[in-house]
Amino acid sequence: MNNNALSTKKQAKDNYIYTKKINYQKIVTIFVFSIIPIALLLLFTYTPVANMFYYSITNWNGYSKSKEIIGLKNYIQIFTNPDYFRVFPVSLYYLIGSFIQIALALYFATVLSVTKTKGKNFFKGVIFFPYLINGVAIGFIFMNFLKPGGVLDSMLHLVGLSDLITKWLGNVKVINWSLTGVSIWRYMGFNMVIFIGAIQSISSEVYEAAEIDGANRWQQFKYIILPSIKRIVQLNLLLSVNGALSVFEIPYVMTNGGNGSKTFVIQTVETAFKHQRVGLASAMAVVLFIIVLIVAGIQRMFFDEKGDSRI
Amino acid sequence: MKFSKVLALGMAAAMTLTSAAGCGSKQDPAAPSNAEKPAEKSDASAPSEDGDISGEITVLTQRTDLADTAFPEYVKKFNEKYPNIKVKVQGITDYHGEVKMRMNTEDYGDVLVLPDGVDQAELPNFFEPIGTVEEINAKYRPMEAKTGVDGKIYGIAPVFTINGVVYNKKVFADAGINALPKTPDEFLAALKQIKEKTKAIPLYTNYVAGWPFNQWEDTRLNVSGDPDYMNKILDMDEPFAEGTAHYQIYKLLYDVANQGLIEEDPLTTDWESSKQMMADGEIATMVLGVWAVPQVAALADNPDDIGIMPFPTTAADGKQYVRVSPDLPLMVNKNSKNKEAAMAWFWWFINESGFAENEVCIPPAIDGAFPAALKPVEESGAVFFVEAPTTPGKEGLVDKIDQTGEVGFWTQDFKYRLVESAIGNRPETFEDIMKDLNTRWQKGKKQVLGQ
Repeated sequence: MNNNALSTKKQAKDNYIYTKKINYQKIVTIFVFSIIPIALLLLFTYTPVANMFYYSITNWNGYSKSKEIIGLKNYIQIFTNPDYFRVFPVSLYYLIGSFIQIALALYFATVLSVTKTKGKNFFKGVIFFPYLINGVAIGFIFMNFLKPGGVLDSMLHLVGLSDLITKWLGNVKVINWSLTGVSIWRYMGFNMVIFIGAIQSISSEVYEAAEIDGANRWQQFKYIILPSIKRIVQLNLLLSVNGALSVFEIPYVMTNGGNGSKTFVIQTVETAFKHQRVGLASAMAVVLFIIVLIVAGIQRMFFDEKGDSRI
Repeated sequence: MKFSKVLALGMAAAMTLTSAAGCGSKQDPAAPSNAEKPAEKSDASAPSEDGDISGEITVLTQRTDLADTAFPEYVKKFNEKYPNIKVKVQGITDYHGEVKMRMNTEDYGDVLVLPDGVDQAELPNFFEPIGTVEEINAKYRPMEAKTGVDGKIYGIAPVFTINGVVYNKKVFADAGINALPKTPDEFLAALKQIKEKTKAIPLYTNYVAGWPFNQWEDTRLNVSGDPDYMNKILDMDEPFAEGTAHYQIYKLLYDVANQGLIEEDPLTTDWESSKQMMADGEIATMVLGVWAVPQVAALADNPDDIGIMPFPTTAADGKQYVRVSPDLPLMVNKNSKNKEAAMAWFWWFINESGFAENEVCIPPAIDGAFPAALKPVEESGAVFFVEAPTTPGKEGLVDKIDQTGEVGFWTQDFKYRLVESAIGNRPETFEDIMKDLNTRWQKGKKQVLGQ
């Protein structure tokens, strides 16, 4: 008995050592394997960001060997000159656009994953495809689409809506809506694919049960799909809203920021690489970073409250 | 089991090492032997006749269209004279942005084109001097205003150019215009006539591309008729006041847009197609340089239809002035490991490559012949001149004021504002914009000079 108890104890001790050994090995393995991604992350993400914070307190021009530290002067300049913030309202168009984009993406994702549409994969491909085209090509496509007498105008002629025709980019009241439209066309497919992924993780039994209970499509969407993919909707909204604050590529390629389509990021790029004021531009980037953080924080608060009340 | 773990660990370690080595391989052990040879030759303006210079050099060019076509031919020709120099040509699409970033390291090619927006006073930090002002001026068109610092020249432009109005002669003839306009009023009248009598767009701004507006800015010396204008502008408080060169240039831009003499929708312009449109007679005029003439002519049924005229202003003395200006200068990297080879390419490219002739531009040599496209301009009695050197000690000041005050001589910003307000998309008047630019200039001047 005594002997037996002793051996059990010993075994337990051995087991303990063995587990500890395993843990030790595990740690080493994890460490060794993650050292590369972490090194890359530090090298290509955190170092540049740290540098950006540093540049933002200098007057560096982007290539010079010397730079002076000028403290908060760059920030003071940004916050005392209303010119720098005058471009922010442009983001509102894209913000509104991002809600439309999410709604459309959700609609198509639901239709293409729940209903028995023919050629589902074809439509998925068609809707997702714009996301894969590069920005410059999109600029060209839409320049020809939107130019006076271009494709859009001809189409409106055909259906007898020629009264609506305007200079889609030349009209200062319309230009940002046109560009927002291009942005929706381009990014909606990406949101849709994420939604489809989330919707497909819902078990089909749930739908069947709902159907037996007599729920129609809209009720299925409202009470099954939407609650199940709430987190993903939040994520997509967060990405879209932050995307709206930092729109760059589409207006830059299509209009070069002209005719009132200039965004904060275009302005930052111009400050850095056309006016050669990398220090000031870094400060602008830091300001945008902080604004994005604040907006993301507000969004989180808003969603968390809603989520709590629902539970 | 254990073995595989060791293997994995070893591989991970190896990968770490490799990636570290990849970043630190700047001290290339395979650098050719003459790296340690002192490059005394670098200051001599005479090209080396030495056929046995050896080494490997990298040439950076912004001409991506030529990097894989014409440049290999140049390299072949160069190697006939210098068989032991290996030349690698690198065409870069976003040349100015990328090269300026690379200038933070030592690796920006051995011979390269100077990117836009580098402060003149900083040139000695990056580039090798190629000769003194006297040496260079004796043989080449002057470069001091662009690459001269403290009596030394740091680069020579392989081509010189003139700016003016590139136009389609047939459209002008169809509209019944016989004499070329020499003043803004005559020019506006001519454009109106073109609009009435032909289907062509009188003047195409190439708004979206942005850079074509720099071609307007480039006529500032032509309009002032004063080689010393950019030195004098430093003393001005209001360089955009009525009567100044800038006021005249941009008043013309504003008036042309305001009177509906530009393309219907500036926001849907495209540079590449504009060349074809001008070749086909759908565009009458564009403000560009002589370099654009062969590019457009190549697309035209009758290449002789495309020509260039001086910018339509006449100085107070009744003459039209045309500035012969250096294009982007060629430079030699100060940190080059094969300076001798780099210098050999530099001088060969400037003197013997025939690049300027092939590009139908003005060669840098003082006695180089003007291209045929400039004949009519020469015959019109226009006065050719070059920019005066920057006042010693004031190199780069204008650029610094421009950048600090965000005036934007070389950006599209205020030109966009002008066009937009001219076509009624902006609630600003021409005078408002000029006033604002004066304020910006004063602000920049105060910050740069006022300490």
